[in-house]
This record gives sequence, structure tokens and C-alpha cells, in this order.
Amino acid sequence: MSAKNKASMVKAGVFFICLVPLIYLIWGLFTENLGANPVETLTRSSGLWALRFLLITLLVSPIRWYTGLTAVVKYRRMLGLYAFFYAFVHMLLYLGLDQLFNIHDIWKDIIKRPFITVGFISFILLLPLVVTSTNKMIKRLGGKRWKRLHRLTYLVASLSCLHFLMLVKADIREPVIYILLLLALFFVRFLHSFNKKSWSLADFFRKLIYNTSTLWCELTISQ
Amino acid sequence: MFFRKQKSWEIAESEVTDFDIYQNRRQFLNTSISIGLASAFPSMALAATEDNPTQLFKGLSNSPFSTEEEKTDFESITTYNNFYEFGTSKTDPALNATAFPDKFESWKVVIDGECEKPGTYDYDELIKPFSLEERIYRMRCVEGWSMVIPWIGFPLADLLKKAQPNANAKFVEFTTLYDPEQMPGQRRAVLDWPYVEGLRIDEAMNPLTLLSVGLYGKELLGQNGAPIRLVVPWKYGFKSIKSIVRIRFVEKMPQTAWMKANAREYGFYSNVNPNVDHPRWSQAKERRIGEFLKRKTLMFNGYGEQVADLYAGMDLKRYF
Repeated sequence: MSAKNKASMVKAGVFFICLVPLIYLIWGLFTENLGANPVETLTRSSGLWALRFLLITLLVSPIRWYTGLTAVVKYRRMLGLYAFFYAFVHMLLYLGLDQLFNIHDIWKDIIKRPFITVGFISFILLLPLVVTSTNKMIKRLGGKRWKRLHRLTYLVASLSCLHFLMLVKADIREPVIYILLLLALFFVRFLHSFNKKSWSLADFFRKLIYNTSTLWCELTISQ
Repeated sequence: MFFRKQKSWEIAESEVTDFDIYQNRRQFLNTSISIGLASAFPSMALAATEDNPTQLFKGLSNSPFSTEEEKTDFESITTYNNFYEFGTSKTDPALNATAFPDKFESWKVVIDGECEKPGTYDYDELIKPFSLEERIYRMRCVEGWSMVIPWIGFPLADLLKKAQPNANAKFVEFTTLYDPEQMPGQRRAVLDWPYVEGLRIDEAMNPLTLLSVGLYGKELLGQNGAPIRLVVPWKYGFKSIKSIVRIRFVEKMPQTAWMKANAREYGFYSNVNPNVDHPRWSQAKERRIGEFLKRKTLMFNGYGEQVADLYAGMDLKRYF
């Protein structure tokens, strides 16, 4: 098998692995294995998988830096698009089964309920990332601008964690786990920013201020 | 609806052995046989049932308060529960309460406070004087889902009258068992244990307010609040306190567990009210367990005729 064939096989493999949660949920729906409230299970699971894929996407760069496995970058776009896909399913379930696609009710809900507002903004912020995910768009925007735009992923992941935290009634253990994972991903980036290139003292302080403020924002969110 | 149909391996409800297994949970604690093991070896389960016949409630009278609406299936009622004493996920209580309570017969309920005849009652003493009836009530959870449950019980008022509350008794305070050994969820301070709930005395005396000891003709299971629980059908589910060990007449409004946790979100009254939203979500609609789409929530959960006058002149937005 040629190297090219092998690469596309791996890519197809990753694609199907990412589909497993969806298949599992659909299977559960038809075999009645989603518990007494299947709609709740579907909504929760799709939201969770969106968040998980966001974090997995953010894990790609650190893996490359620390293991030297440069090939992983090839799957980042797919993982990011899967994050969007599960977020889309999550959104669709909310719009359809919770709100019956009633625009008036949906709008009222978005304005009135902070956790819906945060979730909705998070979803909207994913849209420019999806639209600019093609090679053509990367070229059109230019690598540097494209990269800057795609830093929105950090905001989306933070807002998604916040959305999760806000909807919990009393037991915040589960959202806190995701918040800690996200903080770890931010921290790894913070560390990495020092050894990317030779650095000046001014550069060091600029980064320190920038990165600690990001961290601080995250910490206040987790309160 | 397709997810409601019987699975191919299911047998008729009347033949489901699970009931017997559940009913004999006390034997199962003694013999340390889990439900999973028992279902894997049905002969063991049957042996246990022969030793100790299950307590089924018979000769129940029907209540005029019962709804005609379609009942939620037994499996959903017993596997989808909020009972934080056994864990915070919906499936935790059914998994962690299989052997609860271990001392069913010696379960004691204390009745005290502002009354002439306080006392401590065993489970049997407590329920024996009253005639049990079946009441099919709607139950609406504050989270936006609902069920229809055929409870078995007797009006709380019957019991309260026996204790002869005095003129100072303005409220009734209820307490759930505190026993982290049996209730693993209490090992973490998710709520300020023990769980406390309360009603105004006139709410407690309302004929709708039920003390329940069973559902679907059988003894309550741990996850549903065995051996005795409250059912207040016009209020959100969390007002219907489970596994009661104390009923106390008090002069001041009790501080309930959920008020202590978050008074802005969980008020003392917590009447089902589609017009007063929970701060984080709308209460206008609910999803009936077993249905895909949401339905409109009824004022006082549809029991306005019986209870609306309790709140005449009150601003229900303020006293939510």
C-alpha cells in the first residue's frame, strides 16, 4: 500500500471513530436504551460530545509539540468540524424538541436565560470557524489572519464549559472536570509560548500578562 | 410511540420477576445478592420470594382526586429519580438504593413540636390506623419533566390530626433520614444534610396532601422514598420529601434544604406555576416522561380547583 493510500485509510478510520457516539445514540434510541427520558439523554450527550471534541481539537497542537507527531495536525480540521457537528445536533434537539422551532419562544429563551445565552453565543462563534475551514478560505484569509480568527476556539471552549457549569443544579463535579481539562490545555500553551523562539524580556512580560489574564478569566469562570 | 413499545424479550408486566426481587430487597441485603446477580440466576430470586411473601396492597379504595391520564410505566418511575441522598444522577438512586432501607420494620418516624400528642411510631404503627387508597397524581419536577404516578397512601391530615397540633403550629417541617452508611450521596455536601422540607399547616392539611407508602400496588422502593414519603401534587417534586424520619409542628417557616442551597431559585412554596419561571429556565412547558415533545404546564399542576384558595391574595411571583 502506498503511503498516500495508508494516510487516507487512517483518515477514514478517524472519521468513523468520531461517528461512533452518534451511532451509539441512534442505536440507543431505536433499542430504547436511552433511559426514561431519551430526549434529555440525546441533548446532554450531543452537548457533551461537542465539548469533548472541542477539547480534543485543542489537544492536537500540544501532542505535536511534545511528541513530535506532526501528522496529527492533519486531523485537526476534521475533529473541529465534528465538534461543530455535535454542537449542531445539540442545538437542533433544543430548537426542535424543546422549543418546537417556535422562533418567538426561542428568542425569548435566549435573551432571558443566561445559560442558553452562553450556549447560543458559543454555537454562533463556531460558524465563522466552520465557514473558513476550507483550504480555499485559508488561502484567501492568509495564514496569519486565519490563525488569529481560529483562536476563537479558545473562547468557544470556555463558553461551552461555562454553559455546562451554569445548567447544573447542585453537583458541579462534572463541569469542573471539563473546566480543569481546558485550563490544563491553556496552561500547556502558556508554557509552550516561551520556547517557540528566542525571547526578549519585553516579549516575556507581554506574554505573561496576556496569558495570566486568560488564565484568570478561566479561573473566575470556574468559580 | 416507538420507544414505548415492549421489547421483544419483555414479558407481561404481571409476570415481571423484578418486582419480587425488588420487594425482597431486605432479604437481598442479608444475603448480599445484588439484583444483577439475582436476575442472572432467577432460581435464587424465586427462593427468596418463597421465604417472604411480598407485601402487596390489596383492597385499595379509589380516590376521586385521581387523574385519568395515562400512567407512566413502572420502570421509568423506578429508574429515573432525583434523590440526591443516593447520588445526583437520575440513575444513581435505583442503583444505590436496592437494599434501602435495611431496617424496614424498625423504621421510626418521630412526630413532635407544637402538638398535644407527640410520639414515635414504627412503620406498621404509623400506617395501620389508616385506610390506604390509590391516588393517581401528576408529578411535575422543577427541571421540566413530569410523570403520572399511581401512589398508595393516606392523607397527611389524618396523621397530623392524631397528634393534635396546638395554636402555635403554623408550619410542618419534614426531615429525611441522615445515614451516610446507607445513603452514599450524603457523604458529599451537595446539600446541607439532612434534607428538610416544609409546608404551611393549611397546605399540609389539604386533602390532596398524601403520605405515600407504595406505588403501582407495591411497597415503595428505596429510590422512590421508602418506606414513607410525602406527595404534594400541586408543588414541584422536590417538595415531596422522601424517606421521612421526622414530622415536626413549628411556628416559623422552616428553612428547607433547597432554600439553604439556593433561595433565589427554590422558594418555600414552589407551587407549579407556568407563569413564574425558574431563574434559569422557563416553567411554561414540561416533557411528560414517555413523550417526545413538550406539553403546556398547568397552573398548580392542574390541581387549582383544590388548592388555589390557599393562596388567595398572595403574589405568587414573590412567594414562589
